[in-house]
Amino acid sequence: MGFLTQRRDRQLAAMQAAGRTVGRSLWQDALRRFMANKVAMGSVIVLLLISFMAIFAPLLSPHSMEDFYWEYILVPPTLENGHWFGTDSNGRDMFVRTFYGARVSLTIGVMTTAVALLIGVTWGSVAGFFGGRIDNFMMRIVDVLYALPLLFFIIILVTVFGRNIYLVFIGIGAVEWLTMSRIVRGQTLSVKQKEYVEAARAIGLSNLVIVRRHVVPNIVGPVIVFVTLLIPTTILVESYLSFLGLGVQEPMTSWGTLISQGAANIDTGPWLLLIPGTFLAITLFCFNFIGDGLRDALDPEGR
Amino acid sequence: MLSFISRRLVVALPTLLVVIAGSFFLMRAAPGGPFDADAQLEPEVIENLRAAYDLDKPVTEQFLLYMARLLRGDFGPSITYADYTVSELLAIGLPVSVKLGLTAIVVALLFGCLMGIISALNRNRWIDYVTMSIAMTGFAVPAFVVAPVLTLVFGLYLKLLPISGWNDGALQNMVLPVIALALPQIAILSRLTRGSMLEVMRQNYIRTARAKGLPEYKVVAGHALKAVSLPLVSYLGPAIAGIMTGSVIIEQIFGLPGMGRYFIQGALNRDYPLVMGTVIVYATAIILLNLLADVIYGYLDPRVRRE
Repeated sequence: MGFLTQRRDRQLAAMQAAGRTVGRSLWQDALRRFMANKVAMGSVIVLLLISFMAIFAPLLSPHSMEDFYWEYILVPPTLENGHWFGTDSNGRDMFVRTFYGARVSLTIGVMTTAVALLIGVTWGSVAGFFGGRIDNFMMRIVDVLYALPLLFFIIILVTVFGRNIYLVFIGIGAVEWLTMSRIVRGQTLSVKQKEYVEAARAIGLSNLVIVRRHVVPNIVGPVIVFVTLLIPTTILVESYLSFLGLGVQEPMTSWGTLISQGAANIDTGPWLLLIPGTFLAITLFCFNFIGDGLRDALDPEGR
Repeated sequence: MLSFISRRLVVALPTLLVVIAGSFFLMRAAPGGPFDADAQLEPEVIENLRAAYDLDKPVTEQFLLYMARLLRGDFGPSITYADYTVSELLAIGLPVSVKLGLTAIVVALLFGCLMGIISALNRNRWIDYVTMSIAMTGFAVPAFVVAPVLTLVFGLYLKLLPISGWNDGALQNMVLPVIALALPQIAILSRLTRGSMLEVMRQNYIRTARAKGLPEYKVVAGHALKAVSLPLVSYLGPAIAGIMTGSVIIEQIFGLPGMGRYFIQGALNRDYPLVMGTVIVYATAIILLNLLADVIYGYLDPRVRRE
């Protein structure tokens, strides 16, 4: 008897161990594949560097972002006078301003994506899971919203209600959740029709368990990928608004605002456009490479 | 097919109504009005002006009045451009934006598909890497960075092309705005095409076609392309919206007298009728073009029609 239980315990332990490694290895595999992706890892490092500079650049430079240096107006980038990225048409230091802009742009990118994520995942999973009439109704609403020129709404919103940065957050977030909800809904629907979900139903598991064990793990991958692609989109929308003079207002600044000022001075000071433009482009590049890397890592079949 | 289109139209009308009502009440809900900037005007004059534009009435009544006029095809008078009606301004701006936008979308489709197909067929060879790098650049460098750089290089340094102005849509005035407008869409379209092409080329019917001994170009043109075009068609709606919103900024940068300029000017000056007019035209265009994309999709993939 003792011998039997011992053997069963050992088997159980072995099975558990095996089960654990199998369960973990899907994500571990993904992580390993992602780490092996040099472009994606490089992008992560570059983004970390930019974020680090966004936080600490004002401490590294002897200048502050609002100081006017009247003797240094439109000075090109140089190592001599401490204005490493040159100065703008008001004699303000571009190094500090560029990274201050990074701070604002990155924050807006992450915050608005969080808003979009929250709305999109909730909406899409509810519609996809319940299906039928509820799904039909909820997705019709998404269809209607999809067909609206929503960026025009944001423009009306900020011109009419004043240029408030929180308004920009909410406005962009409220617009960008649509695609997210469609992705989540589609994924939920397709998971729902899989045999293993039917099997789970057949053995009497509750909706909640099915959602937690089968639906969520299948949704997480595409959602993470989409989030890394949504952050650059929202950064871009914010720059777009700021470029039109409708986003972040002086004395605050963002990459869009800086680019807009650079575009106005393109003949006298090209660096005013090129420096923030380059940082914006690098950031968008990195997010996209990370998104691609994650997609490849999470969905090896798609390669 | 007809019932499919009519079902879509049934959704389109409420959508347009949502747009009109949404933007109307959004603008009226904010404090302030179009005459705030005219501080030198006597209060009675402002009262008269407000009365002339129906702004003294309750908001719902204003809305009904506006809708009644709109149904007769009348967008009302512009407030900032005092001598013009909104319809007259739209008649100036719309052709410019349409010409710009259509050229951009045609250019984007042409180059996007071509680049995507070429790089998919040469997967992981240098030509794939080159086209995809161009596509990445087009995606990561936004139009409002590209446009000033283009004017700097081709306009100010090389003096090849005019840096701004419309000049009745002369070719040399169109080149830079169209490039700046089409580039982001080229980037997305070529990536989409590449992905879709790779997916399709893995399908069994492609293997069958190859096994039958068809030459590669027939496999691609005869069997793959129709399936490849499906995701492209479904991206057409967002692409059109992207070109429209992009053209607002491009018109601003190149000083083109299009709809975008009137929209921004109208919004900044609280020119209610002008903003409404431009938004309605934009929304109608987006809705109709989305409908067109749906119809094309339904034509290509009959399963969609029956849904």
